[in-house]
Amino acid sequence: MTRFIIRRLLLTIPVLIGASLLIYAMVYALPGDPVRALAGDRPLSASVQAQIRADYNLDDSFPVQYGKYLWGLLHGDFGKDFSGRPVLETISQRLPVTVKLTIVAVVFETLFGITAGILASLRRNSFFDNLVLISTTMLVSIPVFVLGFLAQFVFGFKLGWFPIAGITDGWFSYLLPGLVLASLSMAYVARLTRSAMLDSFSADYVRTARAKGVGRTRIVLRHVFRNSLIPIVTFIGADIGSLLGGAIVTESVFNLPGLGRAIFDAVRSQQGPVVVGIVTMMVFFYIFFNLVADVLYAVIDPRIRYG
Amino acid sequence: MAGDHEVAAINSVQFPSRVRVIACARVGVILLLGALLAMTSLAGCATPTPMPPGMFSTYLGEPQRPLVPGNTTETEGGKVIEALWTPLVTFDERSRTVTYDGAAESVTSTDNRRWTIKIKAGWTFHDGTPVTAESYVRAWNYTALSSNAQGASYFFSGVQGYDALQGSDGKEPAATRMSGLRAADPTTIEVTLSEAFAIFPITLGYYGFDPLPEAFYADPVAFGKKPIGNGPFKADTEWVPGRGISLSRYDNYAGKDKAKSRGVVMRVYTELSTAYTDVLAGNLDILHGLPPDAYGNAKDIFKDRYLEQPSSAVTSLAFPLYDERYDDVRVRRALSMAIDRKAIVNAIFLGTRVVADSFAPPMVVGYNAGACGRWCEYHPDEAKQLLTEAGFDTSAPVELWFNAGSGHDSWMTAVGNMFRKIGLTYKLRGNLQFSEFLSKRGAKEMTGPFRSSWVMDYPSVENYLAPQFATASIGPSGSNTVFYSNPVFDAALADGNRAPSIAASSTAYGKAEHILAEDLPNAPMFYGLDQTVWTQRVSGIRYSIIGDIVLQDVIVDGTAV
Repeated sequence: MTRFIIRRLLLTIPVLIGASLLIYAMVYALPGDPVRALAGDRPLSASVQAQIRADYNLDDSFPVQYGKYLWGLLHGDFGKDFSGRPVLETISQRLPVTVKLTIVAVVFETLFGITAGILASLRRNSFFDNLVLISTTMLVSIPVFVLGFLAQFVFGFKLGWFPIAGITDGWFSYLLPGLVLASLSMAYVARLTRSAMLDSFSADYVRTARAKGVGRTRIVLRHVFRNSLIPIVTFIGADIGSLLGGAIVTESVFNLPGLGRAIFDAVRSQQGPVVVGIVTMMVFFYIFFNLVADVLYAVIDPRIRYG
Repeated sequence: MAGDHEVAAINSVQFPSRVRVIACARVGVILLLGALLAMTSLAGCATPTPMPPGMFSTYLGEPQRPLVPGNTTETEGGKVIEALWTPLVTFDERSRTVTYDGAAESVTSTDNRRWTIKIKAGWTFHDGTPVTAESYVRAWNYTALSSNAQGASYFFSGVQGYDALQGSDGKEPAATRMSGLRAADPTTIEVTLSEAFAIFPITLGYYGFDPLPEAFYADPVAFGKKPIGNGPFKADTEWVPGRGISLSRYDNYAGKDKAKSRGVVMRVYTELSTAYTDVLAGNLDILHGLPPDAYGNAKDIFKDRYLEQPSSAVTSLAFPLYDERYDDVRVRRALSMAIDRKAIVNAIFLGTRVVADSFAPPMVVGYNAGACGRWCEYHPDEAKQLLTEAGFDTSAPVELWFNAGSGHDSWMTAVGNMFRKIGLTYKLRGNLQFSEFLSKRGAKEMTGPFRSSWVMDYPSVENYLAPQFATASIGPSGSNTVFYSNPVFDAALADGNRAPSIAASSTAYGKAEHILAEDLPNAPMFYGLDQTVWTQRVSGIRYSIIGDIVLQDVIVDGTAV
């Protein structure tokens, strides 16, 4: 197991380098001149433009630019944005917000999603099952910004239960945006749980357990649910990875200064080092949480062995 | 909720500790119940985050540049700079004259070329150090020097010796101090311009001319996050991107316009709609700028807590003069007269713009009402006739260029449909990011009329004419994006610059504007209107000439500090 984890972690190094190269190339290939865009409709002296280009290596060819970026990385320098702020500072200011939002969202999607899925599978075709079916269809089909503004207006403004925007109320600020962000995944988890449970119910070992006289509760939790967990864990693992990449829409609606907005602004203003720094980190999270999911398989299902 | 209790009951069955995942699920259910409990118990408790007494909050869009006067050339960062600094001169909107309620005692010259700026004694920066003539001179030299890459560098291009501070082709600049600039004594700045410039005192109201303390040079990056100015407010916190900055009253402020509140929290919002909801709920005190869906009813909701005032923004439809299709002035006049500006303002902007009749808005010194004349009025029949006279090829579509994602699609489409009424076809070329649009515009790649807009730095008609239309503003650094070059127009501008007084210069600039109207390199479309709403906590909201809220005049809870 340890060897498996180490091998997988070592494998992330080439993946990260490849990802950073690709992302840097994509930012480089964006049309338009980032220095000109800095000034917008205003003039900017030619000499000042030249200076900014020199400061950010913008006159170099792509391989040279990327090489200088990698060289900086080796020295612990992640680069800086156009206002001179180090990329690491941006990440350290914004990552905690995104992490908190992700935690709240994952807690919601896991709890509500799995609970609803189990209950729906236990009472197949019942009122509750249909309710889950209809409500998840709705959640999947409503765009998140509609849901966000709606939740903000109803629960934040009209009812006043939650803060409308910002992060000044600590964890409490994250409840409503977390719920909105989780809604889509919650629906998926519920459906995934339901169908996996139903599959397992008809498995041979469940029949055997029943024949042995094992109690219903024990069958549901130990045999059916546990065997249904693999697809759910896979989904949630991947979901954590992508949620940590920041949620542009939810962050904007609830005015949370997380990574999503930072990456959006950086792409728009074509700030290579900022985009690469943040996206490479996202790629790492994604790989890492998928690895965690893989390790959990072995915990959930003893038949799975790594080595 | 019965379902949740049932799960809790199922979970109370004991499991071998090996089954960690299921144990986790049990913890999860407890968390779930906890969360529900928290929600119900906290329901109704989400009171607006209390502001410290005497302080208020205001909306801010994300600043894009460090908060340094010579480097912040965009509006959002400018709002912070305006709160932290007091400019050299101020401006009286009624009499349209320069007033000396700022940091300068007087700005005088005998020939409009050699200027003497006397600054008031006794002013201090927020770190306690005195503001001297040298604080200005050093800051201006720093801003002008190209290797410092400051956005407002070009503002000093009129000062003698500016060129020596500009590096080129990788070469370091030849000098670090402009020869035309010196501090004669601690309260006297002497500026020699390369050419006479009658309205120089007006330009000094721009924040690019603000002073910098010694602390700036030690660490410009740190300074850009927590600036130290000479104004009515001082920075209490660093500016954190995505969040904002908190300012408090500077008690040792030497100016007359002391802050009437304890301080202001400038809160960054990414969505205007979210900020609007926050004002409605009383969480945000002042919102400058409204989301489009609030245009219709904000006035009814906020009543006497609503203020609408013209902004300095002028939007126009510019013509690529380098394209032979638009080379003929008759074509440009025809296209301009084909546009029913009033209809666009009413139908698309719901009255939140004002039809433009001149190249500069009414608030500036030297404004000429109706300078654009007939060409900015709606005369579709005449337009059609002019097009025929000019032999305009109506088979090819008129391509309309603008940048995506900023709401230009709707009015540009309306313009296209109006062109259709006079027998033309059109094609929208709006699938461009802003930076790409700017690059193409600078590289003469516009193949049809394009969106253009301008906001002022100082309230003079000259600030609209010279940067956008003078021959000297053509080029990679300039903002003459139509590539208009007319020696007669340039001469008229120069006459204005050389005029003996501001009033005399206005007359000359007026002539220049009439020449411009005859050539019509761009068709003025509309002037901006700014809306502001605020909560019952605050009062005394008014706009500065630049169009921002005068924060030091805001009063909290009815009592001025």
